[in-house]
Amino acid sequence: MDFELFTNILFATLRTGTPLILIALGEMVCEKSGVLNLGQEGMVLMGAALGFIAAVVTGHAGLGIIAAILAGMMMSVLFAFLAVTLVSNQVATGLALTIFGTGLSGFLGAGYVGMAIDGIAPFPIPLLSDIPFIGKVLFSHDPLVYLSWVMFALIFWCFRSTRLGLTIRAVGENPEAANAIGIPVMKVRYGAILFGGAMAGLAGAYLSLVYTPMWSEGMSAGRGWIALALVVFASWKAERILLGAYLFGAASIMHLVLQGLGFEASPNLLAMLPYGATIIVLVIIASDAAKAKLSTPLALGKPYRPQV
Amino acid sequence: MRLNKLTQLAMTAALALGANIVSADEPLKVGFVYVGPTGDAGWSYGHDQGRKYIVEKFGDKIETNYVESVAEGADSERVIRQLAAKGHDLIFTTSFGYMNPTLKVAKRFKKVKFEHATGYKRGKNTGTYFARAYQGRYLTGLIAGKMTKTNVIGYVASFPIPEVIRGINAFTKGAVEANPDVTVKVVWASTWYDPAKEREAAETLMLQGADILTQHTDSAAVIQAAESKGNFAIGYHSDMSAYGAKAHLTSTVHNWGPLYAEKVQAVLDGTWKSEDLWPGIAEGVTDLAPLNDAIPADVKALVAKKKQAIKDGTIRVFDGPIFDQSGKEVVPAGSSLDDGALKSFNWYVKGVEGQLPKS
Repeated sequence: MDFELFTNILFATLRTGTPLILIALGEMVCEKSGVLNLGQEGMVLMGAALGFIAAVVTGHAGLGIIAAILAGMMMSVLFAFLAVTLVSNQVATGLALTIFGTGLSGFLGAGYVGMAIDGIAPFPIPLLSDIPFIGKVLFSHDPLVYLSWVMFALIFWCFRSTRLGLTIRAVGENPEAANAIGIPVMKVRYGAILFGGAMAGLAGAYLSLVYTPMWSEGMSAGRGWIALALVVFASWKAERILLGAYLFGAASIMHLVLQGLGFEASPNLLAMLPYGATIIVLVIIASDAAKAKLSTPLALGKPYRPQV
Repeated sequence: MRLNKLTQLAMTAALALGANIVSADEPLKVGFVYVGPTGDAGWSYGHDQGRKYIVEKFGDKIETNYVESVAEGADSERVIRQLAAKGHDLIFTTSFGYMNPTLKVAKRFKKVKFEHATGYKRGKNTGTYFARAYQGRYLTGLIAGKMTKTNVIGYVASFPIPEVIRGINAFTKGAVEANPDVTVKVVWASTWYDPAKEREAAETLMLQGADILTQHTDSAAVIQAAESKGNFAIGYHSDMSAYGAKAHLTSTVHNWGPLYAEKVQAVLDGTWKSEDLWPGIAEGVTDLAPLNDAIPADVKALVAKKKQAIKDGTIRVFDGPIFDQSGKEVVPAGSSLDDGALKSFNWYVKGVEGQLPKS
């Protein structure tokens, strides 16, 4: 394998991992507050569809990104109202949100299939991108890749050393106790869900405005589900989400690159690599039961009715 | 009494007349089952264009309904049964995996006519059809062979089934005929539809020297990837020029409309019979999208000449001599592969690089 190819593989790995990071970070924050939102796929698709539509209508890809974020948030408000305010079953509501978002995005986007836009161009960071190897791998990406790093840093810092992080965790571990000490549990959960929706919408924008600037139905192709698994894989730790997403990205890139190099293995087997890797890590994490229990938010998925 | 009888008579007449009018006016109900969304710009989109064609053509005489994104397997059986139970007279099931479910439902609903795309099992009331898309592949292969500068052409494929392998072989045969030094590199994306993954597969091929790409997956991501790197690409299923005006040389397209119209007409006339239809360029079911102006005039002329030859039946694409990858002559000059062999392809022709995965 020559050096240029290696550089390109790493570059593609970061790009492939980016939508997963965005979705998984959003879902992690949501789950930290004790809410399991299985509607990721639906929110991503709504973000992708509305982001693309806004970019076509206004002619600005930047406005498309904003529209995508708003679309994701709109969907998540719907979820929050049902699952938090009306205390409906979170799993069922989340699944319904996915089905609803998949259908609605297809319906809204129907007139936009086959249209082309200028996507968001790569933005090589001046000076840094001139560094050999590292410059190409790390600093020649499009703005959303950098943004995913910024979001990672913010979330990492938030849960490590801020009051906000503690508050979200308290709500996710024991909402009754949090309520007793005066934390507005409902507001915190609403906030976390909205944040998750915004991140999912952003991931949708990444797909329809940056990665493959087009709209076609169901274009997220299951990334919402992979991201959900990734959160568990990462045992609710931001740094492990980053690692997991890039591992997944590397595995799916290698599936393609190895074939081109004449590596003689079944492509089906190679396509399985990322999923296989996820399962292995899940098993390793689960093998330490005490640790696994410690990292799971205790009130995850449990309905909470505020005492009046 | 008399009046009563008269009224009765009148009523019977009116009823009979009314019933007659109803049956004459009752549109033929035609159902479609799609494997993907109609908005995929690929396979299912093409079938839906065919549906729109017959709606346009037959107007009030027919009523069409479709169900999209139907998973192959048990789910499809339920959907097909529902369409049959709801009084559809003719049902098109448009994916390979609907084969057994279609036959199963067809046995229960003997009066309903079924048409299954891409399959090989037929029954009394179940016919099969497909397009000779490989004829288009061959023509686009000629273009790619003539236009490549690196002599490496990339092919993003989905799954190693005969249909896909036939496309790769036809394309490669055309490319090698046009330029003996060409190799076709195949990457299996192991998906029919995942735009991001299709794009990465395309990038991988370009990294490894391919300057012209084509794909047998369902989105237009490969065209976009080629456009962004200033390379050329050839689409499949539908005209994909909107995704890359510079890159898009042409696409092999399916026009299901005329075929569907023929079948609907046959049912209306009461002449429908179960048969295996495999129309191609001669019937207009397989065609090429408009050729890009970047293609030199002599190449355009070559394509036009070969296309006419296929129409006339003077060439059949898989005419000998055909060599396999090891260079062994499989089909001697003067003979050509028959349809049975085309439908069970499990080997690569000479010019394809890499080993065919055993699936």
